Amino acid sequence: MEEVSSGTTGPKATKMKTEPKLSSDNETYKLRARNIDVFYGDFQAIYDISLDILDHSITAFIGPSGCGKSTFLRLFNRMNDYIDSFRMNGRILLEEEDIYASSVKVEELRKKIGMVFQKPNPFPKSIYENVAYGLRIQGIKDEDFIEQRVVESLKQATLYDEIKDDLDKQALTLSGGQQQRLCIARTLAVKPSVLLMDEPTSALDPISTAKIEELIFELKKKYTIVIVTHNMQQAGRISDNTAFLYMGKLIEYGDTQKIFTNPEKDRTQNYITGRFG
Amino acid sequence: MSNLDNEVKILKDNILELMFLVKNQLEKGQKALDHFDEELAHEITENEKRVDSLELTIDRDCENLLALYNPVAVDLRFVMAAFKINSDLERIGDHANSIAKYILDFGKEMEDEAIQKMRVDEMYVTSLKMMSNIFNAFITEDTELARKVFKLDKTLNQINREVSAITAELIRSDIEQIQNYLYLFSIVRKLERVGDLTKNIAEEFIFYIEAKVLKHKKMKSQNDNNNTDS
Repeated sequence: MEEVSSGTTGPKATKMKTEPKLSSDNETYKLRARNIDVFYGDFQAIYDISLDILDHSITAFIGPSGCGKSTFLRLFNRMNDYIDSFRMNGRILLEEEDIYASSVKVEELRKKIGMVFQKPNPFPKSIYENVAYGLRIQGIKDEDFIEQRVVESLKQATLYDEIKDDLDKQALTLSGGQQQRLCIARTLAVKPSVLLMDEPTSALDPISTAKIEELIFELKKKYTIVIVTHNMQQAGRISDNTAFLYMGKLIEYGDTQKIFTNPEKDRTQNYITGRFG
Repeated sequence: MSNLDNEVKILKDNILELMFLVKNQLEKGQKALDHFDEELAHEITENEKRVDSLELTIDRDCENLLALYNPVAVDLRFVMAAFKINSDLERIGDHANSIAKYILDFGKEMEDEAIQKMRVDEMYVTSLKMMSNIFNAFITEDTELARKVFKLDKTLNQINREVSAITAELIRSDIEQIQNYLYLFSIVRKLERVGDLTKNIAEEFIFYIEAKVLKHKKMKSQNDNNNTDS
């Protein structure tokens, strides 16, 4: 395993110089991005970004539309691989292992790093089958095990109490907020350790948004969460650390409280105070 | 200019107006004391309603800004500072009003020699200088100018510390004038409080501009020293 230490941008990054793995007592970096450049054909979408994400933390990516935050998020479970013109320099490490190494199987990676999208996208199947889907495609046939995992995941996603008598009901009949929590349950069923969320509440009403935010906060105990959001207040409310991206560059990354009360860079201040972007 | 910028500007203008009004109340108090100007003292007590009214307006401005614009970073620091500065200014207005009431209650010109000995004029000049500094600092966003009030506040504290002994001496030398001396003593105390509140305003202003917390700094450094000693 190769040690990575230079060019670190992240919370408590100064400690990295002497202690590359541990940021402080009992805190470990789950994900690390190193000198990332991303190109779509001739267009460069990301410029030399390095940052570290703490285990069991919520990290928010903020920035104006087109700044590269979703592109950057999708690198963590190789969602950009499907785009023909996509090209990347640099390395992304999950628990110090390079996820772009030739030995890594993408399907295995996505069991470890799940993703929730902006628009709830349940399959046109029953609620139960939506959550069981990931387990079934893994070849698991033990119905008792599947049922136990489905119930556990729905409970974790704080949806179970609302739909426990309707598990055979079509998932598409659920409300938008319920559908999004179902998608989170579906992601949790395969036991990932990282959850990527791309604007998970942008299509939801304030009550559903509040429920998802509570859920995200609760999930932090077991998972490392990275969320892209356009909602400044949401980033402030739920995240531990915030990264501000602008035109493909990482402008500022650090403690959310600091970013939202006294950011280092004028550009960050102008963006979060709504003066540009 | 964005809506938020507009609201921030309105709030700043209202704070400046209250600052100007309160400073004016103090200046009038000095003149009313020097020449026993009853009319001017009455004017101060009348103006107190304007101070209270502006305080309520600024409170409402702050509340609206927080509720409707969710300010962050420098805007949030400004609203937080504005809340506290508003309260400090209103209390300075209260002290100016109390001084005017002392002048009216005494009902005649106070003894000039006692005013000199108790350094009441010096208290007035210094506290007004502090108010001017903070007023100009607010307009020009000059934190160095705001910092000058800390040194001036020490002058007020020094005079305040010495005034008890001076008052006692004056009373011993002429017991007939005890009421006069006690009113002047109370005025010195009020002006010392004005100095403390102006210092608080300077600290809040520096917090808004530089994001530095200065209050209780002396106490903190003393505690740190004590901990090191032990």
